[in-house]
Amino acid sequence: MAYFEKPAEGSWTQHYPELGTGPVSYDDSTSPEFYELERKAIFRKTWLNVGRVEQLPKVGSYFTKEIDAAGASIIVARSAKDKVRAFYNICRHRGNKLVWDEFPQKETRGFCRQFTCKYHAWRFNLDGECTFAQQEAEFFDFDKKDYGLAAVRADVWEGFIFVNFDPEDTTSLQDYMGGIGKGIEGYPFQELTQVHKYRSEVGSNWKLFIDAFAEFYHAPILHGGQYEAEERAKVSDVGYEAIQYALDGPHASISSWGVIAPPKDLSMVKPIERKLRSGLFGPWEAPDIGIDELPPGVNPTRHRNWGINAYLFFPNFMVLIWKPNWVLTYHYWPTSYNTHIFEGTCYFAPPKNARERLAQELAVVSFKEYGLQDANTLEATQRMLESDTPVKTFPLNDQEVVLRHLHHQANEYVTRYQQSQADGRS
Amino acid sequence: MANVFPAEFADLEPYAAWAVQGETARYEKRVASTMEELQEFYDVAFTRIDEALEYLERFEVSALSEEGKRLLWLYCALTTVAFPVEAWRQPRVPDSGPSSINAVVEPPV
Repeated sequence: MAYFEKPAEGSWTQHYPELGTGPVSYDDSTSPEFYELERKAIFRKTWLNVGRVEQLPKVGSYFTKEIDAAGASIIVARSAKDKVRAFYNICRHRGNKLVWDEFPQKETRGFCRQFTCKYHAWRFNLDGECTFAQQEAEFFDFDKKDYGLAAVRADVWEGFIFVNFDPEDTTSLQDYMGGIGKGIEGYPFQELTQVHKYRSEVGSNWKLFIDAFAEFYHAPILHGGQYEAEERAKVSDVGYEAIQYALDGPHASISSWGVIAPPKDLSMVKPIERKLRSGLFGPWEAPDIGIDELPPGVNPTRHRNWGINAYLFFPNFMVLIWKPNWVLTYHYWPTSYNTHIFEGTCYFAPPKNARERLAQELAVVSFKEYGLQDANTLEATQRMLESDTPVKTFPLNDQEVVLRHLHHQANEYVTRYQQSQADGRS
Repeated sequence: MANVFPAEFADLEPYAAWAVQGETARYEKRVASTMEELQEFYDVAFTRIDEALEYLERFEVSALSEEGKRLLWLYCALTTVAFPVEAWRQPRVPDSGPSSINAVVEPPV
């Protein structure tokens, strides 16, 4: 019996008939050829989140980002008080990587008035214009104006910086974020400036890790060991149901219960959590971050047991808003068909004292413990999906509707791309 | 000789090696330790946790003395070892084999 009411069609999945209900193939996660198509059809055609405005505190602040899936290294910089710009990280003279420190493959960040190439000292201002070419008179028919940095579209949504590599795409970032993005606008992300960021190299297709975080069906089982014994028995018996799922364009949202912060009964949680009044769901005492009323897309049903909303912005950006006023983001950056870099970033209100700092530490350490369990499961999944077995398709249940949607979307983008290529040739 | 921790936590000085700066270093120390070592540190630190929380609550992070900072690091290490002691019964996360997750940005302490 359902604890939370489902749509009139009888299930979340059937509410979105284009998804079907049949078993799903994971060929999209085991094929080098499909990955090459995803790079062109998805990672060079959609808005990708590369950071937050707080990483660029003043005019001249910059960071670089390596986006293997788009085949690009970019510079993201604040060129004016209200303007963030992005450029391909390549010098217009002879193609040297323009901004890097010590190791050319590593990301970096800093502050400058202009970018100077290490090779021949060509200089480019924060708007990408070439301002200096060494021995300019030695060049032929040369005008510096013709040699500005190659720009990448950049825009900001709710303080999150996005780039788009498709010069032909005219969709604004605002439109791309759609109804699900609209529903969380106004959330005070800018108050959550205490940042802990984790990074992991994971031996699986990028979509498989999104799958793991796009359903909570696994939580009572895979993470059962983190509950006290009695609670563990209870949760694995009951299983998991979300309050609400919503799909909108390529994006998705999950609204979930979560009574852990604070728990109804202190014996449900481990001794360290009782002492620090914190855990995976964050410090139990929510800091004041100026919320009078949550935006309509956060706890959309206004359920009293609501604990967390998770949003998947296609293709590779997740935002988790937790009831005790903190935020977690996930990024999944593919590096090949069966490897990717995972980034998890926790955003808290600045702690008022060292005790609150310690409570936040327990939350991030808990996140890491869970993440380590998830990451290794993925390598086991990837290995078997790639193996030669007669098992070719997999049943996905109604609590897995978001991952069904994710794989459906990836296939749709690739199919549309192939269609446009075929049309272009004919 | 100067105290490692604030004077009232002199009894924790035998565990000063756990006052490690940075989550990555604390995790490395945890997985390089035996369960007996983790349990011993956990038991001792846990018995003083109420007083430690009371102390830490009195200071903004930026206003902590060097001794106070080390006390915060020590209790951050307690959160790191709490998982093996309270949940896993082993230093590593079960089945985490070759996986690693590393802190790349941390607020300064």
